[in-house]
Amino acid sequence: MNETAIDKIRALFPDIDCKEVKGCIVMEVAPALLEQTMQRLKSYPDLDFGLLLDITAIDYLSYPQPKDARFYVVYTLRNWQKNWLLQVRTPVARPEKGLPTVSGLWGAADWAEREVYDQYGIRFIGHPDLRRILNHWQFVGHPLRKDYDIYKGQICYETDSLEKEIKARLLSKGIDESTMKDINTEMMYLNLGPSHPATHGAIRIFTALDGETIMANVNEIGYLHRGFEKTAENRTYNQIIPLTDRLNYCSAMMNNIAYVKAIETWLGLRITDRAMIMRVILSEFLRVQDHLVCLAANLVDMGGLTNYWYLYNEKEASYDLISRLTGARLTSSFTRIGGMYRDFYEGWEADMAHHLKAIEKGVNDSLKLVLQNRIVHDRTQGTCVLSKETAMTYGYTGPNLRSTGISFDLRKDNPYYHYETFDFAVPVGSQGDIYDRMMVRFEEIFESIKIIRQAMKIVPGGPVFVDDHKVALPPKERVYNRIEGLANHFKLIFEGVKVPAGEWYDSFEAANGELGFHFVSDGSGTPYKLKVRPPCFYAMAGYHEMVEGEMIADAVINLGSINIIGGELDR
Amino acid sequence: MALGLEAGLGDSVLTTKLDAVVNWGRQYSLWPMVFGTACCAIEFMSAAASQHDISRFGAEVVRFSPRQADLMLVCGTISYKQAPILKRIYEQMPEPKWVVAMGACASSGGIYDNYCTVQGIDTVIPVDVYISGCPPRPEAVLDALIKIQDQIRTESVLVDRNKDFKGILD
Ligand code: SF4
Repeated sequence: MNETAIDKIRALFPDIDCKEVKGCIVMEVAPALLEQTMQRLKSYPDLDFGLLLDITAIDYLSYPQPKDARFYVVYTLRNWQKNWLLQVRTPVARPEKGLPTVSGLWGAADWAEREVYDQYGIRFIGHPDLRRILNHWQFVGHPLRKDYDIYKGQICYETDSLEKEIKARLLSKGIDESTMKDINTEMMYLNLGPSHPATHGAIRIFTALDGETIMANVNEIGYLHRGFEKTAENRTYNQIIPLTDRLNYCSAMMNNIAYVKAIETWLGLRITDRAMIMRVILSEFLRVQDHLVCLAANLVDMGGLTNYWYLYNEKEASYDLISRLTGARLTSSFTRIGGMYRDFYEGWEADMAHHLKAIEKGVNDSLKLVLQNRIVHDRTQGTCVLSKETAMTYGYTGPNLRSTGISFDLRKDNPYYHYETFDFAVPVGSQGDIYDRMMVRFEEIFESIKIIRQAMKIVPGGPVFVDDHKVALPPKERVYNRIEGLANHFKLIFEGVKVPAGEWYDSFEAANGELGFHFVSDGSGTPYKLKVRPPCFYAMAGYHEMVEGEMIADAVINLGSINIIGGELDR
Repeated sequence: MALGLEAGLGDSVLTTKLDAVVNWGRQYSLWPMVFGTACCAIEFMSAAASQHDISRFGAEVVRFSPRQADLMLVCGTISYKQAPILKRIYEQMPEPKWVVAMGACASSGGIYDNYCTVQGIDTVIPVDVYISGCPPRPEAVLDALIKIQDQIRTESVLVDRNKDFKGILD
């Protein structure tokens, strides 16, 4: 597949160096050619890289092999129809001067570039609003630079006012204060959050209102920025697994799986069939859990508290299975590089079958309250519509993207763990309104249950760990009785799994969409750099497009419907 | 008094200490303000849902308006960016008020010993009870609630609590 892609790109960009790394085309582009190249990648119909997945930077200050420049900026793009993945790497000679912005091409670049600026101090020429996004405005320095000390905290005394930003947003929509005076009324500014029941966590939604109608909206995130990426640079690969739990904590195990899958892909490690099926079953089970929480909370926001009990109680009951299996309810840290931490417990099939049935019942009960409910319809149908184009440009993935009618799902379009052998459908919406987003999630619950039931019939026997003790811990009797076993154990614990030097990107269809990991390894047991491509971050980046022109009450349920999870949003 | 008890008392008068009767009322009608920021908040949701049912302890009236609450439950990581908001909300709660730090993050920064995370909310606001765990189980939230109730029992309405507290933002 990628052969045609790389040939096409070579033909169209003869002067640019490209190679293929683990299914991803990597282009080295000089800064002078960046704008033009990006433009072409997006607009040439043959290429059509419509989805800007992520932008990040790398600081090579302490990298063992010398590089042309200290900083590189990396753009990750996808053509979802043809399953092409591409990374554009550009050296940055002078970060204070920076690179031309691509925010005119993809809406997603707006926030992504702000993050690069915030974390690495690289500027983007022509960016409409280049300021910090994750760290607070009183912060000095750029934490992901290698010479920033991880322990150097900086106190924030006051929150940002956002006044300038909302005024600018109003102006960009052609509304200034005098327009309001003309019609003899005044704009009202209203904050939802950062601590507000509607925000389900800590996000600040700042609106300018005319009556109850939202004229302009700007959002502030970063309140839950916990330094995932910097912390990861200081941990061994396996030690990072608990940190991944806390990205999207509603489906913690999925992040564990996505993370180790990315490393195994690079190592070229084939996990055992049993581990593979286990991962399929568990990630689908967690997808169900994630959707249950999202829908339960979303319906509560609408006033449908009964749904909360129908949906959430089944999730609560499923914790019994998860905690029996992993020892934890929420933050399970259940995978390891090369397999799973433990095998299934005896009798899990009956428990699983029971929970699936109960979930189906709960969901069907809830659907009975929703499907024919005039109030739900009136509130959700045709509100906060997300068009296909907006969804694409802002980098939406997962259920939010599918609600617009685009049937992109990595499990179908770039299958891993034999997903192609399962019989399941990818539910899509037609309008991209709140109703569609909810219904896509409802339907995905049923599809995931279908996958689990199919997978349960074919669980193979055998170990859940690879038999390679450079990667996986040897069994205890070998550690206690054999010197090689002891050495392996010692090395793996203290130094971590040695991952060959290089850079790669790998992604996974998580509950919220494409969850990607971009690694830079220097060959040691600790990643040199690890960037998460969080699906929520991009969903939130396009939020204002959905709510402007709608009522303030719709903003509340819209936030619930795109399922923003702080841990993943702010990392 | 309900249950027809008063019939047996006739015209007699009951005496008690002011502290005893006020504390009795306060203990069993705590109104939590959930300052939920992260994963721990999901476990608080479980504590409030049917299986663990926080209303057995009289604390089910979860308020998101600090002005209507007297028990602040900080569920989740507090970053430096979040800290001024936490302080502001705490200050908006009327006296008397109590604070529970739920989970490792709120208690000490947890696994996030780094540039953006406050190393324990007690550097910002006074804390009465800490819950260990990452996240704590819902039972632990109920346990903390009981501890707060026990603490209230020993307090006096005449004493101003935490008058002299000074945090990093003061
Ligand atoms: S203590 Fe653990 S579970 Fe709770 S907020 Fe912190 S990381 Fe999340």
